Amino acid sequence: MFGRLTWSAIPFDQPIVMGTCAAVGVVLLVIFALVTFKGWWPYLWREWITSVDHKRIGAMYMILGLVMLVRGFSDAIMMRTQQALAAGHAAGYLPPEHFDQIFSAHGTIMIFFVAMPFVIGLMNFALPLQLGVRDVAFPKLNSVSFWLTAAGVLLVNLSLFVGEFARTGWLAYPPLSELAYSPGVGVDYYLWSLQLSGLGTLLSGINLTTTILKLRAPGMGYKRMPVFCWTALASNLLIVAAFPVLTATFAMLLLDRYCGFHFFTNDLGGNPMMYINLIWIWGHPEVYILILPAFGVFSEVVATFSGKPLFGYRSMVLATMAICVLSFMVWLHHFFTMGAGADVNGFFGIATMIIAVPTGVKVFNWLFTLYGARVQYNVPVYWTLGFIVTFVIGGMTGVLMAIPPADFVLHNSLFLIAHFHNVVIGGVVFGVMAGMTYWFPKAFGFKLNERLGKAVFWCWFIGFYLAFMPLYALGLMGATRRMQHYPDTHWQPLMLVALSGAVVILLGIVLTVIQIAVSIRQRHANRDRSGDPWNARTLEWSIPSPPPAWNFTRLPSVEGTDAYWHMKKEGTAQRPLPGAYVDLHLPRNSPVGVFLAFFAVTLGFALIWRIYWLAAVGLVGAVVVALIESWKTDLAIRVPAPEVEAFEHAHATAPLRGPSGSRDTVHDDVVATSGDRS
Amino acid sequence: MSAGEQALTGMPGVPLSLRGPAPTRVVAGFGFWLFLLSDIIIFAALFATYAVLSHSTAGGPSAAELFDKKHVFLETMCLLASSVTCGFGSLAIQRTDARAMYFWMGVTFLLGACFLAMEGREFASMVAAGSGPSHSAFLSAFFTLVGTHGLHVTVGLVWLVVMLLQVATLGFQPMVSRRFFCYGLFWHALDIVWIGVFTIVYLGAK
Amino acid sequence: MVVTEKLCGLAHAAMEFPRRLRCSARHWLRDRTSPFPGRSVVGILLGCMMLASCSEGVLDPHGQVGRAERVILGDATAIMLAVVIPVIILTLVFAWWFRAGNRRAVYRPEWEYSGRIELIIWAIPTLVILFLGGIAWIGSHDLDPPKPLDSATPPLEVEVVSLDWRWLFIYPREHIATINYLVVPTGVPVHFRLTSTSVMNSFFIPQLGSQIYTMPGMTTQLNLQADSPGTYAGLSAQFSGPGFSDMRFTLRAEPIERFEGWVAQVRAGSGVLNEPILAQLVRPTRAAGELTYGSVPRDPFEMVAGGHMATLWSPKEAL
Repeated sequence: MFGRLTWSAIPFDQPIVMGTCAAVGVVLLVIFALVTFKGWWPYLWREWITSVDHKRIGAMYMILGLVMLVRGFSDAIMMRTQQALAAGHAAGYLPPEHFDQIFSAHGTIMIFFVAMPFVIGLMNFALPLQLGVRDVAFPKLNSVSFWLTAAGVLLVNLSLFVGEFARTGWLAYPPLSELAYSPGVGVDYYLWSLQLSGLGTLLSGINLTTTILKLRAPGMGYKRMPVFCWTALASNLLIVAAFPVLTATFAMLLLDRYCGFHFFTNDLGGNPMMYINLIWIWGHPEVYILILPAFGVFSEVVATFSGKPLFGYRSMVLATMAICVLSFMVWLHHFFTMGAGADVNGFFGIATMIIAVPTGVKVFNWLFTLYGARVQYNVPVYWTLGFIVTFVIGGMTGVLMAIPPADFVLHNSLFLIAHFHNVVIGGVVFGVMAGMTYWFPKAFGFKLNERLGKAVFWCWFIGFYLAFMPLYALGLMGATRRMQHYPDTHWQPLMLVALSGAVVILLGIVLTVIQIAVSIRQRHANRDRSGDPWNARTLEWSIPSPPPAWNFTRLPSVEGTDAYWHMKKEGTAQRPLPGAYVDLHLPRNSPVGVFLAFFAVTLGFALIWRIYWLAAVGLVGAVVVALIESWKTDLAIRVPAPEVEAFEHAHATAPLRGPSGSRDTVHDDVVATSGDRS
Repeated sequence: MSAGEQALTGMPGVPLSLRGPAPTRVVAGFGFWLFLLSDIIIFAALFATYAVLSHSTAGGPSAAELFDKKHVFLETMCLLASSVTCGFGSLAIQRTDARAMYFWMGVTFLLGACFLAMEGREFASMVAAGSGPSHSAFLSAFFTLVGTHGLHVTVGLVWLVVMLLQVATLGFQPMVSRRFFCYGLFWHALDIVWIGVFTIVYLGAK
Repeated sequence: MVVTEKLCGLAHAAMEFPRRLRCSARHWLRDRTSPFPGRSVVGILLGCMMLASCSEGVLDPHGQVGRAERVILGDATAIMLAVVIPVIILTLVFAWWFRAGNRRAVYRPEWEYSGRIELIIWAIPTLVILFLGGIAWIGSHDLDPPKPLDSATPPLEVEVVSLDWRWLFIYPREHIATINYLVVPTGVPVHFRLTSTSVMNSFFIPQLGSQIYTMPGMTTQLNLQADSPGTYAGLSAQFSGPGFSDMRFTLRAEPIERFEGWVAQVRAGSGVLNEPILAQLVRPTRAAGELTYGSVPRDPFEMVAGGHMATLWSPKEAL
């Protein structure tokens, strides 16, 4: 009746897990009670849960990422603590069966449920605004994508309380992940939650690629798109090309586990090396999917806060698309030590290095944007400078390991761990934080607290170096990854330093939460009424903050790169726009996303526990939901012209003060001197 | 639309990339194309796996011993014919000729169902003969590759029925026409994938 | 004109550097607008880390393979640092000099392209990568694990089987076997053939050089040599389950006479690696010690490498 699900699936004998379960339960109960007693459900349902507005969906992705950052980081602190304790004959406090789940969950959560939602959230929010259009190409599909990701999150979190998680590492290599060596439900939780969220991500990739290529404001040719849109295009093209490989590979592993197939088993001809090739054919583009939008954020931030255009627009675009294409040709560098031979290893090593060329070009372009600038030291600039310094070190260690004989002594060591955390934290996390701070006033109409923002930066920056520089050293000393204990007691001091770094980063995360809370409390003092608090260059800053549901009352007519800067110089940036107003049509909200996700979770959970009748219910339910939705014909709502006009007048810009049209006195002279030729 | 917008789109010789947001039909079609490309990449991964595992027969029968090329030829003809009839059906939709559409799409459904029936018989006979997918890596790869295509065909048939019901209940609305257009792309793409399967799996069997 | 101007600007910046550093240190506590202190923290940490890692592990090789790899590590790092360090310095210098409060910096709000600079910024990474690519190609071939080492002495053959969770070493010519330790003669190349009984592992002795995966049903090869006597730590570098962290072994390198004495001693001793013993060895075991087998009547390596000893274990059984 319930497949493999029994009461023993709940880990009553593990106090840490049960304590966490209790804490999470209490928090959820409190939130539920609060929302119910305050009568917020209708608002939440109408404005957020069923929203198809890219701005709302983007914000929900960011919230999802932040919540999962807490879980992923708890795993990290637990791992660092275990490794700080378990030196010599000490066993630490986490036996292998727990430690192995924790490092597997840490990697899985951080990549799939923190970094991806953050990056997709930023792209969701900013792309239509930068492109000068009303929404993405398929708003309802956007909602489905988000909710499928949330479904994956729910399953991964359920694995903590009902059953177990995979004990295989975040990529679940066979034969270890096959039924023979992982007979429990852990790997199944891993596979189904990633299949569901992977489908959401793929749909998102299709959605955003179509948006960038087919939905842009009039006059915005490819050479006039902001660089963030180019990096988003490259990232989403990679999603469309790479995620299907992940889906297929996981499907094959699932067939092995559920139906006794022999793709990657040890017997009857299975070939585990095939899995490793396929998974990395996805895995390498995945890291570029994460880093390219971060690069885009930095391009926007550097240009805006330098008060000048990004240096070398064309070579930036060329470099971005080169990275996009090359990222598919390097996957074998993740397993040089598998023994493919000198020619194959050499080819992939060189291909990997070639990617370093366009990346280096990008760094130089940012550098030369700073040249001749008037740099304002806002929080996003801190993140950007921290990124440049940190990322080039990480890139250097990456190119180092791209040399196969160097990799032969560093593969799977803590040096490798330090390298990829170096580029992911220094690149993706710093980029997300910069983007969050940069676009927060646009999304919510008030800035984040600057002082706390700088404190958050310093915590991450110092914490990162404290946590990972020791790991570079340990890797060179012969320490491998995923050690539950180690015999060399003189490694312990370095492990303790690494733990202290993790604690500093933890402080940074806590300060982020505090920063958001304080900023909300101070929102009236930090209110931005102009829509353009940074004196920025791209179209999203031409509309009020927060933007109306329709984004642009009239789609702007674009005449060059940095379209909004042009508008400010020509004096066409003021609101309200002259001329007549027309009715606008917006897509109607829809519950299809949340309903599909509900049935997806049912399907996933049922399959994990082999409750096949419930799985059928989930599948049929999902199909029925989709069919019902597909019969709906009343898909748009009309916003009457008077309402649009009233909004425009309510958010009028201040009268022009100078040739620049800028409304901010601090920046007046910056823009006013833009005509200088010095 | 703003005056600038109108000016831009109205002007002759304005490149597509500068004309502003594309019409809904173009957007829907393009998005569906991207989805099809992603689907084809799933097949590419399955093809690659098949290629690597095609000789891992674990002492069991090899491809050449298992496949009946005449049978597969018949299947192929069914599927190719169904693409032709689907094309006629699409023309009928463009003419909003409901009767012709029902006829041609009905024939498409029958031909697709024939394909599935024949494939199902082939699978069943292989399983009965002890050559099911759990008997070797080669067989796992074969059943998965060909079976995934069959699954797509099944989804296509279900989708066709849904589309016919939608025309019956909603009429030839732009939304319905767009979806039928996407359906046509899907059905023809399945044909192209089958040609790959036919060539690599069946004709390539040694 | 532009070039001299730029050079003057940079020279100016360089000369102003110490003064600005003092100024910034004073301002740091007050308004924290300078990113410089972070950089000094980084430098100190990096220095400490490098010193700590010089006396063991990968940077302290005792074999020709490891030494060649250390040379590559050092050369590649040095070449890249020659670009990375100036880039970091230049970033901080530009960010500092061109800060909004500095009115002496020339503001160039329209400057966004320079052909000469474009050429340089594409050229610098390309040249570095060309050079490193050459190192990569040549190094891949010279240090390919199956490639025999340059030596007048014929190699010692050792067969390696990764079990759950310990290492079985078989000396096929000497007909002896050991668990979790190896003895090899110094100055003699060792040719390893490796496989696994169940899941993937990676055979790695950091102070001797390259690692190589061990995979069930497959044979990989590795060539290493110990050039000086000593005891070298070995481990598995590919996660393989609950007992992974226990998969430590030692390699003892001894002068050839002492090695031959050890072989003779082992053969005279007890312990037979026959099929029942092997069947027991492949069962999951945690934290087992060292074992020695003086007689190996039938070399099991080919049988294991052919996939005939694939073991199944449940995590519960293994704990």
